[in-house]
Amino acid sequence: MKIRRGARWGAVLVAGGLLASLAACSSGGSDGGDVAGQKLTVLIGSSGEAETKAVTDAAASWSTTNKATAKVVAANDLTQQLGQGFAGGNPPDLFYMGWDQFQTYASKQYLEPYADNAANKDDFYPSLTSAFSYKGKFYCEPKDFSTLGLIINTEMWDAAGLTDADIPTDWAGLETVAKKLTTADTAGLSFGAEYGRIGTFMNQAGGSMISEDGKTVTADSAENLAGLTEVKKLLSDGVLKFPADLDSGWSGEALGKGKAAMVIEGPWISGLKTDYPDLKYKAVELPAGPGGKSTFTFSNCWGIPAQSETTAAAESLVEFLTSDEQQLKFSDAFGVIPSTESAAKVYSTTYPQNASFVASNDYAVSPVAFAGASTVIGDFNSKLQGLSTGDPKAILASLQTTLQTALDAANK
Amino acid sequence: MSTIRGSNNPTTDAGTAPGGAGAAPNRRRGKSRPSLHRGEAKYGWLFITPPILIIGIFLVMPVLLAIWVSVSDWSGLGSPLNPQVSFVGSKNFEAVLSDPGLARKDFGTSIRNNLYYVLLVVPLQTALALFLAVQVNRRVLKGRGFFRTAFYFPSVTSSIAITAIWLFLFGATGAVNKILGLFGASGPVWFADPRGVLHIILGAVGVSSAPDALTGGGMLGVSWWEWLSGPSVAMCAIILLAVFTTSGTFMLLFIAAMQAIGAEVDEAALMDGAGPFRKFFSVTLPMLKPTLFTVLTLGLIGTWQVFDQIYLTGGGKPSKTLLTPAYLAYQSSFKDLNWGQGAAISFILFVIIILLTALQRYVLRDRKDKGRVSRALAGAIAADRSVVVAAATVASAADRGSSTSSSPAPSPSSSTGSASSNQAGEEK
Repeated sequence: MKIRRGARWGAVLVAGGLLASLAACSSGGSDGGDVAGQKLTVLIGSSGEAETKAVTDAAASWSTTNKATAKVVAANDLTQQLGQGFAGGNPPDLFYMGWDQFQTYASKQYLEPYADNAANKDDFYPSLTSAFSYKGKFYCEPKDFSTLGLIINTEMWDAAGLTDADIPTDWAGLETVAKKLTTADTAGLSFGAEYGRIGTFMNQAGGSMISEDGKTVTADSAENLAGLTEVKKLLSDGVLKFPADLDSGWSGEALGKGKAAMVIEGPWISGLKTDYPDLKYKAVELPAGPGGKSTFTFSNCWGIPAQSETTAAAESLVEFLTSDEQQLKFSDAFGVIPSTESAAKVYSTTYPQNASFVASNDYAVSPVAFAGASTVIGDFNSKLQGLSTGDPKAILASLQTTLQTALDAANK
Repeated sequence: MSTIRGSNNPTTDAGTAPGGAGAAPNRRRGKSRPSLHRGEAKYGWLFITPPILIIGIFLVMPVLLAIWVSVSDWSGLGSPLNPQVSFVGSKNFEAVLSDPGLARKDFGTSIRNNLYYVLLVVPLQTALALFLAVQVNRRVLKGRGFFRTAFYFPSVTSSIAITAIWLFLFGATGAVNKILGLFGASGPVWFADPRGVLHIILGAVGVSSAPDALTGGGMLGVSWWEWLSGPSVAMCAIILLAVFTTSGTFMLLFIAAMQAIGAEVDEAALMDGAGPFRKFFSVTLPMLKPTLFTVLTLGLIGTWQVFDQIYLTGGGKPSKTLLTPAYLAYQSSFKDLNWGQGAAISFILFVIIILLTALQRYVLRDRKDKGRVSRALAGAIAADRSVVVAAATVASAADRGSSTSSSPAPSPSSSTGSASSNQAGEEK
């Protein structure tokens, strides 16, 4: 009996010791610190080799001037690796923070609101500043931005006998050219079955997801229904096909393979030149709907974890990376549009083929992304995948309830 | 995949067993011969400290921490034990199980998907594994080694690689649809088709929308009509994939068990006049019952934890018909940063697996014969008995054909069956 009890107490002791040692691991951070001599880890969600190299080079040149080290790591799955880093108490010192996750991270106090006091905080596009603000505080500086445009395969365009005069400016025009471009092997139009693309149609119809005051969800409005119905019409006419129906992971791939003549994508489409060097395309602004012109703007910002010991060094690196000169270098390397207004102007003259993306930022809006919205949008996306057989009204009605619940929780 | 999980248990047993074994002699003989065994307990503790530490750090602690996370509001920032984290009771479990909302609906959907997956994969992979094992175990088969390797190959290949191949095979213009095209059929876009198979069948007989009785009610935020959707077309492709990859592993288990069945049993059955089918169902299968139990248990556990295939096919696409509880737990934690909810889902999944395994054990339990007769002996006795009965029947009946029928067969099946299921009890 005695030994048994001994064993039990031994186990308790061991468990207690383990608990104590685990708890000890969770020591908090401290104030900023110096720049020189710091070792930074920069976690990026890279679009490819070109982006990784450009960021690595930039970090290296900052390192030499500041006598510090910045190691750039390209994540395989940025969201997962960030979540793991924070949970393990060892987040990267600087990282890409996506527009869709930003509000969630900010609301959980993961992020340092360094941008609010930064010297260059007024240089950015106001739409980007608001996308990375939480409760009125500007948290992190946008690193670049992208808007959506209509990308046209010019060879197919010419083959179908279309000219520049036919470039669609409204939905009717879009339907006409999509019909003309559709053949047995090629869909006239393609884009992902997700809110990030289909939402532009809802906005072009004059719809919105959230009321002006940010309190009420307006997902089931007649305008949104009109937008969704238009997409459904394109689907049932057979001129719009989702990438999965074209054996492609995303619509850019479908464009490259020649399975789609037009797609709705952003400036990152220039990356196709490595896989499909013969592809000839041009980008134009999205056609307007009954409610006027609209497109989405997407952005990443440079996130710094809250209470990090390397904040000062990370801020200095961000200042370097968001400078006009450095941003234009990034544009040169992998086609992104600079996030500052001055650099973006230079960009649109340097890259006239991408001028339409810059131009459409004047009326672009950020997709809805309050804390907790991503789960609801994920659910909405899953319903949109079944849009061809689904009922747009029912889809929006279910979105209305779930999004309102999430918004109430976020505003609480 | 599942076999790796299974190997946790032996480690645990091995870790705790020395403590008991070391303690017992000390207690029994301690008083009579103290000099030899003095300090045995001390050394006992010394020897089992490494396993206790390893199990404690890598098994017990994570489980305890996960339990804590599932009842806390940990935001994923810093340690779950820091003072800002507070106890929220069953809130996370309620969000998933009872509060109307997206979390419950997602969980319900994932349970539905996974249920169909389990219902189809477990019987199919077990049947296929058994079939393959019987085929490659035949002595007359030429190139047995080749076939065994070929059938086992999918099991040793990474599931990620196989899933990637599957995505190509089942693409819109993939090999599967090309072959279907040869027969004039046009296949679906497999991995983009969210339609439930049962819904498709019901639609074919004219029931295309839900009857009112099924739309109103429901469980976990999913209506009965949705529960009855069946696996989606995309899920069917994943089911085929799972059957393809895991049947090889289980075939190996069955082969091993079959080789333990002595040749004399086969010969006895042959003497008895049993044909190949009779022999399989009345002799081989009952003797494989312990292995069958293992295979079903491992299959059940493995299929409820399906993750890699879901991760690679887009995390539940199309229309969440591939969402599984294991993936949902991951998604809630790492993507939505609802760590408590993710942990809660994991524990519910754990309970489901435990309950189903217990149920399966109950169904396959011993029904009679408590005596512990070794399998070989039982087989020999059964064979012996059946030979005697067979001989008697042959002698009495003029027509040989009728002799193989009713009378001798039940005895071997019942006696070997129960004797070998005793083994099942022991192994567990």
